[in-house]
Amino acid sequence: MNPAPAGEPLILGIESSCDETGVGIVRGTTLLSNTVSSSMDEHVRFGGVIPEIASRAHLDAFVPTLQESLHTAGVTLDEIDAIAVTSGPGLAGALMVGVCAAKALAVATGKPLYAINHLVAHVGVGLLDMSENRLPENLGALLVSGGHTEILRIRSITDDVELLGSTIDDAAGEAYDKVARLLGLGYPGGPAIDRIARTGNPKAIRFPRGLSQPKYMGTAEEPGPHRYDWSFSGLKTAVARCVEQFEARGEEAPVADIAAAFQEAVVDIITSKAVLACKENGITELLLGGGVAANSRLRELTGQRCRSAGITLHVPPLQLCTDNGAMVAALGAQLVMAGIGPSGVAFAPDSSLPVTTVSV
Amino acid sequence: MLILAIDTSAVASAALISDDAMESVVDSFATEDTKSHAEVLAPGIQQLLDGAGVRGEDIDLIVTGVGPGPFTGLRSGIATARTLAFAWNKPLRGLMSLDAIALEVAESTGAPAEFLVATDARRKEVYWARYTLREGQLPELVDGPHVGFASELPELPVYGAGAGIYADVVKADEDFSDTQPSAASLGQFALALLSAGRELPDSTPLYLRESDAQVPGPRKRAL
Ligand SMILES: [Zn+2]
Repeated sequence: MNPAPAGEPLILGIESSCDETGVGIVRGTTLLSNTVSSSMDEHVRFGGVIPEIASRAHLDAFVPTLQESLHTAGVTLDEIDAIAVTSGPGLAGALMVGVCAAKALAVATGKPLYAINHLVAHVGVGLLDMSENRLPENLGALLVSGGHTEILRIRSITDDVELLGSTIDDAAGEAYDKVARLLGLGYPGGPAIDRIARTGNPKAIRFPRGLSQPKYMGTAEEPGPHRYDWSFSGLKTAVARCVEQFEARGEEAPVADIAAAFQEAVVDIITSKAVLACKENGITELLLGGGVAANSRLRELTGQRCRSAGITLHVPPLQLCTDNGAMVAALGAQLVMAGIGPSGVAFAPDSSLPVTTVSV
Repeated sequence: MLILAIDTSAVASAALISDDAMESVVDSFATEDTKSHAEVLAPGIQQLLDGAGVRGEDIDLIVTGVGPGPFTGLRSGIATARTLAFAWNKPLRGLMSLDAIALEVAESTGAPAEFLVATDARRKEVYWARYTLREGQLPELVDGPHVGFASELPELPVYGAGAGIYADVVKADEDFSDTQPSAASLGQFALALLSAGRELPDSTPLYLRESDAQVPGPRKRAL
């Protein structure tokens, strides 16, 4: 297989790392189609993504999603210059479906295949939305979703990405799901808590901000072990305790106040640590990605704190923030244009692929 | 008629099957292990096609094993087969994976008139099915596939790797004690069925087990 031609390559991207089956097509930095099939409805009664159910759904959704994406873009498989697929990080069984399908496409068409990093693709998608068609200098990315919570520094989207901090336990979106279940608000928890939090008083209760004590933070000169990291499991426990205390007193728990206070704790610690990481690492442009970017309070507070710190915030349209194939295609296009070689068809998906590995 | 057969219900395997070839098999490959499907399947198919000088357009039909088998491995073959069929615009059919072993039993000497085929289902269970065999005929599936404990199988000779693992509790046939479903046998079976004017099922996987997901119960209230 030869590398794809440089210039404005036509790239097909495949995403299956969690519960969205996505196929997107881009030409260079121009979005042509972004088709997503989600199995979210099948996870509702479980209160969280069930990997086996997601994997079964990927198998059945893949070919129809591919077909629709090609149709929407008005291109044929023959015209595609290269294929890109998420090879990690993500749910192992779910990744496997997209990777096998992508390899089969590569074998069937003889097109080069790029195995790419899902997290970096969340950054690459920003290119589809920027007028200059190139990522700015001093770029950072804050990724917040049901599967991840990370702050990255991007020196080069194709080969130099650094993880500055991440959650050491639950992802922020996972914490939302668990707390929503505690409060009887249903799944997915993010939108449910965001909605009811607007009617509550975020100052009614003070929940802990994980990893914010000096022993974890240290100083800019002598950073502690978790200066830019997050932890949400303690927060979830604190919410459970709080609900129990109301119940033990025979009182109705004030759901709106608890939701608002929980959301404030999450958003406060995410944005304060992200902005700190930016300031101390010379990041002047921050891209917000991941499904939790839809959260109104997160967008508001991130915007506010970035403004005061002189950081320019970029938030792609929501359908590009959640997991999708277009982001995979967008990163694939960057790799092709940078002249980076394809991955072949013998690689293995890697559920814990480090962010420093942009392509395999 | 040229068939590309794929099965990943246990090991990863693929084969090119043609009525023009000796014993119908143009070429085939199968892995030893049951864990590396995603890595080896696509390169294996690529080599198979290149080695035989076959292009996608030359293939008349794709046949995939639909299990039963461990879920993630099973899906890798079906996802591959479905995508190849779409990309090449070729028809796709499925075949129950245990049929592959049943055909090999039927072609062996001294095959009994009634037997079981079993493969490893992990968690101390086997996937199994019951077949009958009449002289000069293809094996006929009469019960299954099922998933269950080896100790609870009907009292019949059992063929396949699922019998080999539990040889202490089943009547395992020694010659077949590590036989896994292979795409070569599956493809031969498909070709034989088609020649006999029989229809093949679609590519819907036979999981036989639900996902392990539990619907969470109501939260315990304090007090
Ligand atoms: Zn994501």
